[in-house]
Amino acid sequence: MNRTALHPEHLKLGAKMTDFNGWDMPLYYTSILEEHAAVRRTAGLFDISHMGQVWVSGASAMQSVNELVVSDVAQVGEGRACYTMLTNERGGILDDIIVYRVGAQEWLVIVNCANRAKDLEWLTRHRRPGTEVRDLSQGRAILAIQGPKSAEALERALELKLSGMGRFDVIPAAPLGRQAWVARTGYTGSDGFELFLPDAQAVRAWQRLIEQRQAPLERTTSLTGQASGVMPVGLGARDTLRLEAGLRLYGTDMDEATTPLEADLGWTVALHKASFLGKEALVRQHAAGVSRRLAGFEMSQGPVPRHGCALWAGTPAAGGTSRQVGQVTSGTFSPVLGKPIGMGYVEAALAKPGTALEVDIRLKRHPATVVKMPFWRKTNGDPSGVTLHQVA
Amino acid sequence: MEIPQALRYTKSHEWAKQDGGEIVVGITAHAQEELRDVVYVELPPVGKAVTQGEPAAVVESVKAAFDIYAPVSGTVTKVNEAIPKSPQLVNQDCYGQGWFFVLKPGQPAEWNALMTADAYATLIQTHSSGSGT
Repeated sequence: MNRTALHPEHLKLGAKMTDFNGWDMPLYYTSILEEHAAVRRTAGLFDISHMGQVWVSGASAMQSVNELVVSDVAQVGEGRACYTMLTNERGGILDDIIVYRVGAQEWLVIVNCANRAKDLEWLTRHRRPGTEVRDLSQGRAILAIQGPKSAEALERALELKLSGMGRFDVIPAAPLGRQAWVARTGYTGSDGFELFLPDAQAVRAWQRLIEQRQAPLERTTSLTGQASGVMPVGLGARDTLRLEAGLRLYGTDMDEATTPLEADLGWTVALHKASFLGKEALVRQHAAGVSRRLAGFEMSQGPVPRHGCALWAGTPAAGGTSRQVGQVTSGTFSPVLGKPIGMGYVEAALAKPGTALEVDIRLKRHPATVVKMPFWRKTNGDPSGVTLHQVA
Repeated sequence: MEIPQALRYTKSHEWAKQDGGEIVVGITAHAQEELRDVVYVELPPVGKAVTQGEPAAVVESVKAAFDIYAPVSGTVTKVNEAIPKSPQLVNQDCYGQGWFFVLKPGQPAEWNALMTADAYATLIQTHSSGSGT
């Protein structure tokens, strides 16, 4: 099983470990609900070094990237990042990625861990002459620090200057070595940063950030009564956080048989671009309209919807018939909303907010309503006021 | 790990307690520890006939759903209405306020087949030494 440089730190903290795509990663340290609460209220620290770091550089690097992703990265300036997708000729999603333009001709591409080899091969095969594609993952790590107190924690622990950084900005993180960057990106819906850096610096940064628990940023009290500054957060809460934020998970909510339009990620697709792999298929699908679309749904109560549960629609009570209209791809109990939430593909006409659906859980159907995602959105209000159900 | 001496146990981590001819059922400290974040509980209807070793209730953590098995056969006479409303009681007080349901046993002999506290302690020791951390 693969291990990140932070593996010994996870064991020291008593993490419950799990096999994630061949990586021995922390599922949680104390509790998924507590770690979720820490990110929404203060700050949480994640080891996401299992994700791939790909380096694309050269005089034609921008053109190479632009021909392989759905977004127009010519619009992405130096020091900026963009969430986008690699698609195949059929418009199917090969991976959802973030491209960071760290230099005029230098791009750091962060890919999902299960797609690392596939993406590297794809980028290498389709690159233009004058573009170099290289796996930058060896000996390197990625830390994410997420939550309203992230900037404060990073500035204090690592002496980083983050003032003036906007969402999706990326800058060199000089105190953390050469080829180290900090970006205001994340996968939680809360404010936060991601650090791309060499292993040795990552371990030191992790330890310093964790030490802040002894000198908490703010005297908040968690479920167990201990002061919580920067709390280590595992993949369990990473999943509940991204779901509340309406963010898709590759391999679960979308795959090569799904297009960005079906995944309701049309906003990432620049159909006006001269050309990109998959453009013709997406132009055709855009004109014809999609037959199914990813929709988010909420339940007022009841059991938790899970991947694979059938979605039903129809009004048998009104004399109509009900029928299966789709399937749940992700579901969880939302700690902030205090109710079950999920997403799944349904017939396109039923993806409209307000549509009544039913979710089949253990052979019983439970009412659900289609809602606009994200389920939860950060506001500028006091984060300590976030109500967390069951995390008193 | 708390394993009260007065209770009997199953391999699937339920506890059972004799209470005036009836049997109270819940899940053990080990089980709630493994589940960690209980967010939903589904209880059987009162009056339902259950069979030893068959699913009688469902408990869901953030990550997954798990069946709770009847430790003995019988009829459900009472359920803990508090835990569907406050599932965290299962984590906070699994041998007390976090009980699941009460059974009127159909076959009293089944009680004797349940594990003692010592036998259950040995069982979970074997489990945890195998799984590591």
